[in-house]
Amino acid sequence: MELTRPEWIKLLARAGVADLEGVIDDIPVEVRYTFLKPPETGLLMAQGRTGGDGAPFNLGEVPVTRCVVAIEGSGTRGFACVLGRAPRKAELAAVIDALMQHPLHHNRLRDGFFDDCRRRLAAREQEARTAAAATRVDFFTMVRGD
Amino acid sequence: MYVAVKGGEKAIARAHEQLARDRRGDPAVPEIGVDQIQGQLPLAVDRVMAEGSLYDPELAALAIKQAAGDLVEAIFLLRAYRTTLPRLGSTAPLETGKMLIKRRISATFKDIPGGQVLGPTFDYTQRLLDDSLLDNGAAAGTTADIPAAATPADLPEPDAFPRVLGILDDEGLIEPAGGHRLENNHHDGPRDSSPPPPDLTREPLEFPAGRELRLQNLARADEGFLLALGYATQRGFGNTHPFAGEIRVGEVELFCTPEELDFPVAIGAIQVTECEMINQFHGRDQIPPQFTRGYGLTFGYNERKAMSMALVDRALRAAELGEPLDSPARDEEFVLYHSDNVEASGFVQHLKLPHYVDFQSELLLVRRLRAERDATAKENRARDTGTHTNPVSTSPAADDRSIAARERRVKTAGGSSETGINEFSGDCAGKCSAACCAECCGKAPGQAAAPAVEGTNR
Repeated sequence: MELTRPEWIKLLARAGVADLEGVIDDIPVEVRYTFLKPPETGLLMAQGRTGGDGAPFNLGEVPVTRCVVAIEGSGTRGFACVLGRAPRKAELAAVIDALMQHPLHHNRLRDGFFDDCRRRLAAREQEARTAAAATRVDFFTMVRGD
Repeated sequence: MYVAVKGGEKAIARAHEQLARDRRGDPAVPEIGVDQIQGQLPLAVDRVMAEGSLYDPELAALAIKQAAGDLVEAIFLLRAYRTTLPRLGSTAPLETGKMLIKRRISATFKDIPGGQVLGPTFDYTQRLLDDSLLDNGAAAGTTADIPAAATPADLPEPDAFPRVLGILDDEGLIEPAGGHRLENNHHDGPRDSSPPPPDLTREPLEFPAGRELRLQNLARADEGFLLALGYATQRGFGNTHPFAGEIRVGEVELFCTPEELDFPVAIGAIQVTECEMINQFHGRDQIPPQFTRGYGLTFGYNERKAMSMALVDRALRAAELGEPLDSPARDEEFVLYHSDNVEASGFVQHLKLPHYVDFQSELLLVRRLRAERDATAKENRARDTGTHTNPVSTSPAADDRSIAARERRVKTAGGSSETGINEFSGDCAGKCSAACCAECCGKAPGQAAAPAVEGTNR
């Protein structure tokens, strides 16, 4: 199954830091990289829409950590911007983003780690939908008697 | 104004030690963990995130722990923390229509596509204390006798929850999401304003504030303040006949387009609560009668806040919709200037800081005024006893009579020239009766009530 860059960036943002450490540990070759932007935690202003669908307004801020790396040798750039104060997670996600752009690693990661990620995310969403569906009600309107 | 003070370091350090001890409580009881607060007091965490205007559940839980459960103090801590981080940009506007639904109800239509989903709610509970919760570790309310409702076939698709207000919108009976619908104009207007929305964390609040700025203010406003204002609109102080068109709670994906990439990327998901209120509107000029909208959106699961926000958002649109500005909730300046509990708490609580110098000057002023007043009263008494033909009476009844006589003179003097002005002639320094002032010192008669009141009080 194909995996586009926006898709794998999304899955990396949702993954736990321990999972990402596991991915790096499992890479058969040593990965050397330099920081183009070291991990930096800052704020993004989250926007809502007036009436849910109208003009944007500022809702409040979310902490994010971003990081940009370049793989030594190839120079491939990896990028990450993840929710939360998570420098290590951003660093690992950026490295994996760079590796995913390389044919040497792409298919193996896609079929292994990212497939797991996708299934875990789907299972989590399914669980949420099941829980919600369990509380779905049908209200009956009572007819008022004379 | 308060002044800087020096000293007291030891006492302050001990006070903070005692605060830490109080916060810890009985050492024989295990200390509460931030993870426990985050996991087991989620609604407190959500309120702190919403009003702290920072979506960070762990830090909100930490703030609650540090503030010993004082949520407004915790909100202050979170607001202080956010100032330490750089602003990296904005997210794309949240698409709440694509929410992973946890709860979704409508009070306007019984049968809605996707159905009414209660989710976790206090609604329909009987508000009876559950003493089984006194025992930690007791099973949470299990419903073994209730058959599982959902089979995989029942599960709604992610996009199975269209907006309830869209049903009215399709008929043209409600204004579009962004504002009112003009006659012969079913165009919703630009969905994205070209300039970025105003940001009150960057620029000071100015009036008139646009709806976008008001919504930002309300999203971080104190829940209690909005609740009271929203309640007031329902009771008649800015009546808007609201219906809860739709309330939804769930997760929404956040996107941003970083400068390094030329496409938007998902950075994670946050939980939000959204409320769309439907309100009557009778139409005006080019606007036909239609329903109007009030909108509420908050971080976390904050239903009461989102509903109150929607009521106040609608009330604050009074000017735009030609409604009279006759109640507090419709007064933009009143609402927006007083909605922030960090500002409000700061200004109210600063009153307990040292105001010693300020108060000394007030004290001097009051002492001087009192001395002057006593002196004047003494003068007036002396003058009264000197001019009256009756001998000075020591009985209260006689005193009352003389006071009554003087008051009569004051009352009848307003504009008439045939009163006992002569009795009062002389230098009165503006402190005698109205009748006198016109003649002897030229001061405005309005300044002259003091002697009469003084006499009455005695």
